[in-house]
Amino acid sequence: MSAIEITGVSKVYAGGVRAVSDVSLSIAEGEFIVLVGPSGCGKSTLLRMLAGLETITSGTVSIGSRVVNEIDPAARNIAMVFQNYALYPHMSVYDNLAYGLRNRGVPKADIDARVAEAARMLEIEPYLTRKPKQLSGGQRQRVAMGRAIVRKPDAFLFDEPLSNLDAKLRVSMRGEIRQLQRRLGVTSVYVTHDQLEAMTLADRIVVLNGGRIEQVGRPLDVYHNPASTFVASFIGSPAMNLAEAEVMGGSVAIGGQVVANGISGVKDGKLIVGLRAEDIQPAAPGTGVPFAVRYIEELGALRLVHGSVEGRHLTMALSPDLPLADEMKVAVAADRLHFFEDDSGRRMTR
Amino acid sequence: MQTKRTVFGNRLLPYAFLFPQLAVTVIFFLWPAGQAVIQSFQREDAFGLSTTWVGLANYADLLHDPTYLNSLKVTAIFAPAVTLLSVGLGLVFAVCLDRLVRGSRIYAALLVWPYAVAPAVAGIMWWFLFNPSIGLLPYLLAAVGYRWDHSLQPTDAMILVVIAASWKQVSYNFLFFMAGLQAIPKSMIEAAAIDGAGPVKRFFTIVFPLLSPTTFFLAVINLVYAMFDTFPVIHATTGGNPAQSTNILVYKVFVDGFIGLNLGSSAAQSVVLMAIVVTLTVIQFKWVERKVNY
Ligand SMILES: Nc1ncnc2c1ncn2[C@@H]1O[C@H](COP(=O)(O)OP(=O)(O)OP(=O)(O)O)[C@@H](O)[C@H]1O
Ligand SMILES: [Mg+2]
Repeated sequence: MSAIEITGVSKVYAGGVRAVSDVSLSIAEGEFIVLVGPSGCGKSTLLRMLAGLETITSGTVSIGSRVVNEIDPAARNIAMVFQNYALYPHMSVYDNLAYGLRNRGVPKADIDARVAEAARMLEIEPYLTRKPKQLSGGQRQRVAMGRAIVRKPDAFLFDEPLSNLDAKLRVSMRGEIRQLQRRLGVTSVYVTHDQLEAMTLADRIVVLNGGRIEQVGRPLDVYHNPASTFVASFIGSPAMNLAEAEVMGGSVAIGGQVVANGISGVKDGKLIVGLRAEDIQPAAPGTGVPFAVRYIEELGALRLVHGSVEGRHLTMALSPDLPLADEMKVAVAADRLHFFEDDSGRRMTR
Repeated sequence: MQTKRTVFGNRLLPYAFLFPQLAVTVIFFLWPAGQAVIQSFQREDAFGLSTTWVGLANYADLLHDPTYLNSLKVTAIFAPAVTLLSVGLGLVFAVCLDRLVRGSRIYAALLVWPYAVAPAVAGIMWWFLFNPSIGLLPYLLAAVGYRWDHSLQPTDAMILVVIAASWKQVSYNFLFFMAGLQAIPKSMIEAAAIDGAGPVKRFFTIVFPLLSPTTFFLAVINLVYAMFDTFPVIHATTGGNPAQSTNILVYKVFVDGFIGLNLGSSAAQSVVLMAIVVTLTVIQFKWVERKVNY
């Protein structure tokens, strides 16, 4: 277990691609950090620099108290779980787990004990003599986890470890990974493009965009206080509604239609207003803003109603037992509105 | 399972399409092979006027023919040596190229060239390079105190034919190993690196075992090549000399049949050679099936 300190790290690939730009982040001992962002935003690159699989163009990475920029992956004492698991196909499950220990000269009896313990924790004991190809996807995933935990590393690095599993297994493995990490208390960095995985797993989420950190924060903080329109649209499902709006004397208007009043602390002028789908609800009779319903998505516990206010597309999440109509009157929760600068998309301080 | 099927209007048409390939196989392979089998049971007089049926006599004679037994021994050294050298070098080149310039087309193309050179030309090239009076390599060897003479020294001659026969196979093996290496996921190598294995250890514990199907396949192909297809190389370099030291089985078939005009014995030798190669191949494949499964 070790803290990880990332200071001003950038990565420029040989072809000139700037994959990571000036990223700084302090990861506490035992913390579970999730790097999340769209495809190509540099998540894997950043993780691979922590692992030592990519050189660091500038900046420093320290694990524990030592700067590891020039240290081989083998000597960093980290373990990594790959998206395709990268199990050794010609070795039994036991040998897959034992490989890293043998390479480090751990005595045979210790290896036996540690493999047995990991296998018990992950419930893969019955498969120890099998080859990886004789396992299901979920079992392979467990073996890959096992290979990481037997090593008792300073940090776990995960690169989209669950994306090859079916939806149901993904949810249950997600829970197991969380519990395992809590139990072992090993500092973890986990890469995913799935915001739900990020929300459920992380102590802190790091949202990356185009190689830069967009926001770092606890899942609910990021959800409730997105630092930019990018984070707002990325975190949360359905995505936060974003619309160009105008603020005038404390009222917010979308396309000329006033949707909220009594806003304080926001300068008059054009901006982008953000509202969560659950913060738009049917209005009390005789009040509200006209909302033209276009189509409906049933999610079971929730009903997503897509429609428009003054031609701007908005989505609201309603309880399924509320009545529907083609033309509805809705009200927005004025205190739950998010305001972003019109040009930069940064959150406005109120 | 749904397979694509072409329906021919005329029932004979498919056979017409198959005919050229079948004809080539029958005329140039099956028919001569059958002839050889028949001839191996016959003996012709010196003038080729009469042929008599002698049963297994040709085969029995082989067992008592010291030059044939010598040829067996020579082949038992030559064929494994060629296989080892060409497969080994192919692997070394592929691994080097994979490490240094992953996917560089130019280097790969250069390494493939030798395969396009006719075996006899390759043989002559090596004969020149190793020529005791005008060759470059004996000159260099002389500098380190070795007197190279493959026309007198059996060992030198064997080294020469092994190198000359292996040379072009290296290209072929290299290509297969390149493909094999490219099929190993990069993440597996990275996982091993994180697991604390250095480059050498990674090669022997991960890369080489994963290449073993390729290696076994190439071992079979190269062994068959060394036993059957190396006639032009021997012919262009040593002609089986000195003192029969490079007279491998396939070359002896040619010498006895076309120069010695002992067609019966030559035919029997070719049948034995064929039997040896088929047996080796079967054994190898059985073994591969057992050893290489993951
Ligand atoms: N070896 C490489 N050489 C050159 N450019 C690369 C290399 N690897 C990645 N890149 C580029 O760097 C950028 C970041 O890639 P990276 O793999 O880190 O993205 P990612 O966030 O992990 O995406 P994904 O979610 O699709 O895995 C991309 O633009 C990618 O094209
Ligand atoms: Mg990635």
